[in-house]
Amino acid sequence: MSDMGLRHTPLYDRHVALGAKMVPFAGWEMPIQYAGIVAEHRAVRGSAGLFDLSHMGEFLFEGTGALSALDRLVSSDIAGLEVGHARYGLLTNEKGTIVDDVIVYRYSADRLAMVVNAANIEKDAAHVRRHLASGVRFDDLSDQTALIAPQGPRAATILSRIAAMNVDDLMPFGVTATKVAGVAATVARTGYTGEDGFEVFVPNADATKVWDALLEAGREDGIQPIGLGARDTLRLESRYSLYGNEIDETTDPIEAGLGWTCKLDKEFLGRDKIAAAKERGPKRRIAGLVVTGGVARHGHPVTSGGDTVGIVTSGTYGPTVEKNIALAYVPAASAKVGTALAVRIREKDVPATVVKTPFYKRSET
Amino acid sequence: MTVPSDLRYSKEHEWVRLEGDTATIGITHFAQEQLGDVVFVELPEKGATIRQFSSLGVVESVKAASDIYSPISGEVLERNVKVIEKPELVNSAPYQDGWMLKVKLADKGELQKLLSADDYKAHIGETPGSGGD
Repeated sequence: MSDMGLRHTPLYDRHVALGAKMVPFAGWEMPIQYAGIVAEHRAVRGSAGLFDLSHMGEFLFEGTGALSALDRLVSSDIAGLEVGHARYGLLTNEKGTIVDDVIVYRYSADRLAMVVNAANIEKDAAHVRRHLASGVRFDDLSDQTALIAPQGPRAATILSRIAAMNVDDLMPFGVTATKVAGVAATVARTGYTGEDGFEVFVPNADATKVWDALLEAGREDGIQPIGLGARDTLRLESRYSLYGNEIDETTDPIEAGLGWTCKLDKEFLGRDKIAAAKERGPKRRIAGLVVTGGVARHGHPVTSGGDTVGIVTSGTYGPTVEKNIALAYVPAASAKVGTALAVRIREKDVPATVVKTPFYKRSET
Repeated sequence: MTVPSDLRYSKEHEWVRLEGDTATIGITHFAQEQLGDVVFVELPEKGATIRQFSSLGVVESVKAASDIYSPISGEVLERNVKVIEKPELVNSAPYQDGWMLKVKLADKGELQKLLSADDYKAHIGETPGSGGD
């Protein structure tokens, strides 16, 4: 089944051959699941899973002014980012709201990359072009770059078997150029699962070679291909924000619980607005909920005493925590752990309790 | 057996097993496969009245909620408490431990509006008479 107008990553044929259920996502036809969301989720938590994230966007910035230019575009401390390191941050606008959440990688003194959400590639590229200092070369490499992510406690061992280095030497949020399965690759120790893991950037033409090699190298560890369904349950248990759900251009970083990504003692787009929002204190906040008696979903009202007080941004069954979990915007006063609220599911108010997040945190080994 | 021959089926992928005037209702193997991992089941209580082709409850998979449409009309005699406690039974045993309701059938004539196993196989694109996989 091929929908007109949907784009395919270089690994599309692999997904189909592996029996994936393919769905439209952000203009792409992507695997939502292979063996099943719960089994895939558990594979990542217990051993290793392999993600095709080639739909995501990759931007390259070069020039002597690249570092300071990115420091003005992104909320976090990019000026202080060392070579060989990556950092999470937000693309913000003059209103102090969120254009996208991104990871910035410093490859060398004057060469940096940014990974952006698939649905935002064009918007982000336009935003960057509008605000980028002159003299910085900007290239959108999204169309020619594949992104393959082995994630899970066995990911380092598996990737090291086919890499030209021991990837365990890379610290969390480290990034380096190396070879994987004999092809030139950029490897970062980053991810969106709450587990140890890596993201491997290669040219499109090399994607199947690296994908096949990782599945082969991880066979004895039970590595499994993982679809977008488990990607969502994994990130939600770990309380990672999803653009379009928890954050968008109507939300500010403070209410989204992303104040920690904003270095307020530097200049960046919307800084003053965000500093003021922090000073005022947010009216609403993202809270983690455990829901008993139904599954909360994006858009469900949060209620208190029968009145609507908030809205669910993401909700699912969490296969590791084995509970129905959700993130929701609720009044700041109702965001305290232990607060009893409800979620309106099919016209019925189902009990929900505010809990500490992340819902799941891996034990350090 | 993915489509047992002794049951009647709705186009919405529910099945009915008749014993006297007691009907047992569940969702089909095909339905559970389409849904993926079932994590929550909402069913009416004993004594509730359900109507043919109206929603009787909801199954939630990890990804989404789906209505269950009643294949027949009647009064609920029993709901499967085990399937509420262990929703994964819908995936692992849709025709056995994953059943949902036992209902006192109101009108036997309604069964004529349901599909035979062969017709249901054709409906889901399996070859009639192949006995499933």
